[in-house]
Amino acid sequence: MSETRTPQKSATIQEMSVEELRAMVGTGMEIVDAEEHMLLSMGPQHPSTHGVLRLLLELDGETVVNVAPDIGFLHTGIEKNMESKTYTKALVMTDRMDYLSPMSNNLGYVLAVEKLLGVEATPRAQAIRVVLTELARIASHLVWLGTAALDLAAMTVFLYCFREREYILDLFEMCSGQRMMVSYFRPGGLWRDVPEDFEPAVRRFLEFFPGRIADYEALLKENPIFLRRTKGVGVVSGEDAIAWGLTGPSLRASGVNWDIRKTQPYSGYEQYDFDVPLGTDGDVYARYRCRVQELWQSMRIIEQALDRLPDGPVSIDDRKIVPPPRSELGRSMEAVIHHFKLWTEGFNAPEGYVYQSIESPRGEFGCYLRGDGGPKPARVHFRAPSYVNLASLPNMARGGFVADLVAIIGSIDIILGEIDR
Amino acid sequence: MEFEQLVTNKIGENIPDAIEEVVEFRNERTLLIAPEKIKEVCRLLKTDNELAFNFLSDVCADDLLPDFPRFAVNYHLYSMPNNYRLRLRTLVEDPDAGPPTMGDLWPIATWLEMEVWDLMGVRFEGNTHLRRLFLPEDWQGHPLRKDYPLGYEEVQFSFNWEEIAARKPFAKE
Amino acid sequence: MGIEQKLGNLGVVTYRLEDVVNWGRSNAMWPILFGLACCAIEMMSAQAAHYDLSRYGMELNRPSPRQSDLMIVAGRVSRKMAPVVRRLYDQMPAPKWVIAMGDCASCGGIFNNYAIVQGVDEVVPVDVYVAGCPPRPEALIDGIMTLHEKVRGETLKDWA
Repeated sequence: MSETRTPQKSATIQEMSVEELRAMVGTGMEIVDAEEHMLLSMGPQHPSTHGVLRLLLELDGETVVNVAPDIGFLHTGIEKNMESKTYTKALVMTDRMDYLSPMSNNLGYVLAVEKLLGVEATPRAQAIRVVLTELARIASHLVWLGTAALDLAAMTVFLYCFREREYILDLFEMCSGQRMMVSYFRPGGLWRDVPEDFEPAVRRFLEFFPGRIADYEALLKENPIFLRRTKGVGVVSGEDAIAWGLTGPSLRASGVNWDIRKTQPYSGYEQYDFDVPLGTDGDVYARYRCRVQELWQSMRIIEQALDRLPDGPVSIDDRKIVPPPRSELGRSMEAVIHHFKLWTEGFNAPEGYVYQSIESPRGEFGCYLRGDGGPKPARVHFRAPSYVNLASLPNMARGGFVADLVAIIGSIDIILGEIDR
Repeated sequence: MEFEQLVTNKIGENIPDAIEEVVEFRNERTLLIAPEKIKEVCRLLKTDNELAFNFLSDVCADDLLPDFPRFAVNYHLYSMPNNYRLRLRTLVEDPDAGPPTMGDLWPIATWLEMEVWDLMGVRFEGNTHLRRLFLPEDWQGHPLRKDYPLGYEEVQFSFNWEEIAARKPFAKE
Repeated sequence: MGIEQKLGNLGVVTYRLEDVVNWGRSNAMWPILFGLACCAIEMMSAQAAHYDLSRYGMELNRPSPRQSDLMIVAGRVSRKMAPVVRRLYDQMPAPKWVIAMGDCASCGGIFNNYAIVQGVDEVVPVDVYVAGCPPRPEALIDGIMTLHEKVRGETLKDWA
């Protein structure tokens, strides 16, 4: 590595007026009192912003007067890129948006495609989809718990959560071969059936996991430092939450009972019996309690789904959408033609537009899909829950300290891949 | 069903000639609204006690090239007390004179409309916060439009490895 | 016991300067806390207890670039983020190394479009590329060990 380096231009201190500073910092917020307050850019590379989020803070000492989020540092152009790929190939890109629970992104997109096509997956596929989506919800909440606790300097919880997560990722790898970006759900069903040792492995998980949740609760629930840092911090009321589009556990912690799995069930959720955890205070502690309770409820759903797992095929029979199995290719000419057509051109979807929303671990994940009769989607738009939840951050953070801001960002559980798409 | 009929009846009584078309596709109801009346319709849907559409799920825009009018803006509304989803769709001819902003009815609309302007270019009247959010501040153009190129670069395979490596801007130290 | 017999009373060991310096550099390389997207989650998994990175000397991730030697670019680099990556790289003091983790950092990955820099080597010079989408923690550890071999092979001429 060469040692000669010229000094950087940013090393010198420049004089600039308040107007120039305001223009440089960004026009995203109204600055309250520029003479007395400090403008701070909590930049894209920061240990507690959970991704590349930039926050422009206006501080009066340590108190936050105003917060403006500046996003776009992870903008990938997924929506535009999906318009140039067929419906099945575009599925791969949906994993990479909410990268902590890629199964739920897949599910939202696949349900939208199936709605557009007018087909419904087989009961066995629906049950397996429920099992895997709930496992993804548990995995996502574990990472959330680990990183949110890490921001409040509880490092042991981080290591414990990732230990459990490894087991879940092993389960995903058993089904599909990939730890995280599975792309296992396909329009019409699943890629292939789960192996035989999947069900015993999930049952083993359900046996030891309650003890682990007890471990995390023992570290955090009665911990006086954790309580002081999270109780009464970042309060948002129910009406404010609805007006600002907040969804998911953050909304339920403010007392609003709305869960899409209950109100507009999809993929067979109406058969399962589970509770929706609600909070009352709407602060960081209530959101923490809601998410931990959701871990218990997810385990209930998985157990019921496994008990009721129906037999049968995992994909529908419509060969125009689902490729034929390889064993048929040697015997039937139509199978070969369908296989060829699906691999070269892909299936055609009718003209029209649909909107399908599911309950992802972060809130309402919606997929607006417009087809124009061809093999590629004409317009895909994802209603990313983190993008909408982020708009509530200024309301929650105003008037608190910077340390509270860190706790609040951890509690609303944002994923920048989903925000920036 | 009754609630759907209630919605169309109320809009028809209070704001005549607002609904241009009702589309039912895959159990979803879409009302095509005339561009001048969209704000009144939204205000009626939000403030009426029986309808109570208090949740705005999403605002998204479509580029319908080569059809005219070129853009369509969709509002996905949800009524929590009645558990009913509705989509309102308006067609926009000139992207610089788009629909009025819904920020005073649902505060989240300001934030959602910022994304629509940044990526699709449809301007919302009354929304002063429209700025580059996803893209760098000096970016020209609106990527999600159909006439904007995808911007991909040629893939390096083994037969064209050297020629592409010569053109690729590698970083210096 | 054994080494005292060989040394006697002198207490002097002779060794090549390059080997000692390279051994020190490779055994305690501190990465900057720089996870961008999905690969960051696999990097966190590699840091956690199951695949432990602290056995390779990377006990801590330093948030400040001034206190770190290694930048693992984990995730896709968008056009808005590229100047930030370059500025962070410039703020790291030499000696510094860069690992491009994952397909998006190596070559743009599956996102071949207007918004993603096609390979972070257009922005910073890269030493090791790790393939995968996302690469398994074992693959990342393999990349780190490759980097350690590269560092151990550096000579005096490379430093000057």
